[in-house]
Amino acid sequence: MLDLISVATKAIFIENILLSFFLGMCSFLACSKKIDTAVGLGLAVIFVLGVTTPINWVINEFLLKDGALAWAGFPYVNLSFLQFISFIAVIAAVVQLVEMIMDKFAPALYQALGIFLPLIAVNCAILGASLFMVGVKKYDFAESTVFGLSSGIGWFLAIVAMAAIRQKMQYSNVPMGLRGLGITMLITGLMALGFMSFIGINI
Amino acid sequence: MTTATQDVQKEAAPLFGKKEKKVLVDPFWDNNPITLQVLGICSALAITSQLRPTLVMCVALTTVVAGSNVVISMIRNYIPSKIRIIVMLAVVSTLVTLVDQLLKAYSFDMSKKLSVFVGLIITNCIVLGRAEAFAMANKPWPSLLDGIGNGLGYSIILVLVATCREILGAGKLLGFQIIPESMYQAGYVDFGLMILPPGAFIFLGLIIWVQKQSSKQFEV
Repeated sequence: MLDLISVATKAIFIENILLSFFLGMCSFLACSKKIDTAVGLGLAVIFVLGVTTPINWVINEFLLKDGALAWAGFPYVNLSFLQFISFIAVIAAVVQLVEMIMDKFAPALYQALGIFLPLIAVNCAILGASLFMVGVKKYDFAESTVFGLSSGIGWFLAIVAMAAIRQKMQYSNVPMGLRGLGITMLITGLMALGFMSFIGINI
Repeated sequence: MTTATQDVQKEAAPLFGKKEKKVLVDPFWDNNPITLQVLGICSALAITSQLRPTLVMCVALTTVVAGSNVVISMIRNYIPSKIRIIVMLAVVSTLVTLVDQLLKAYSFDMSKKLSVFVGLIITNCIVLGRAEAFAMANKPWPSLLDGIGNGLGYSIILVLVATCREILGAGKLLGFQIIPESMYQAGYVDFGLMILPPGAFIFLGLIIWVQKQSSKQFEV
């Protein structure tokens, strides 16, 4: 239990997927103008990350890894070169599925998130979390699930904080050339500096 | 084909005329994919703390963008628009797998260093953005030029960021000492923040400022 909490705090604060690995920057910059949209997109990312990371873990563990096909009688087969294409296929399929389920059972939420769902398929945070999980971290199933969910929460925190700052910033007089993208990058830098202060926390 | 008909065709559509040149050169500065179209920021920041991995990444990305643009442009009339994203992702991830396998085969250390970021070329917005915005509506040849142009535009910014970050942050470039030893003895200290994530954000922010000021493209 304790190491799950440690995985979670690490993914949310210390190694925030956005602020220290720069994943999901594109939609972070494009959709952080208003808090409502930022919250919607953030929730969708949490959900998709929480679903795809465990699925990809299972696929990698039982189909793709070196020697993973031993249960089917092929102990020497290594399909790990298929990682990219199968992960992205899972992500695209899950996003499509989530879209259809939401449309059927929660039309209000679907209306609110509508345009963002397809965007998530190409959000690097989703693919990035899956690749980190199998390539760098080598988590087990429970840890992977927690890692996926808390990476999403970390991303959510960052984008909502950013949207709040940008909404307030409408009243300030930013130099012409810095307006929009430039000042957003500078603020993200300061936020990353803030999150860096969590380094050293150990649970 | 006789030479006469070839000449006529050449006049009708020159292989490398003004339009093609514009497609190729525009993304270098005036319509840069990173600073003005806001595409592909993730990898621009993550791997630029040193110049060498940055160069590898630039080559990899340019290859993938050019390749995917050509392939998608060739099959653009057969892709149903409803499932086009999945088709594009399939094309792109095949190309990225190729690049990744090549890297693993010929330069294993580099592929370890770039770790997941080679794989993340798949979701690099430049690749899908160009496929969606250009290759789906144009012939293969201009699409190839557009891909190369955008890849190089991306590379220009990356190399700029990486050079400055490595010199300021570590005093080195490609492993060679740039800042002389006497400076360190005189009390100069490396600007460690530049190697860390916040330095990347702030530095790219400043480059965007310079870029927008010089091209006078302001956001309201």
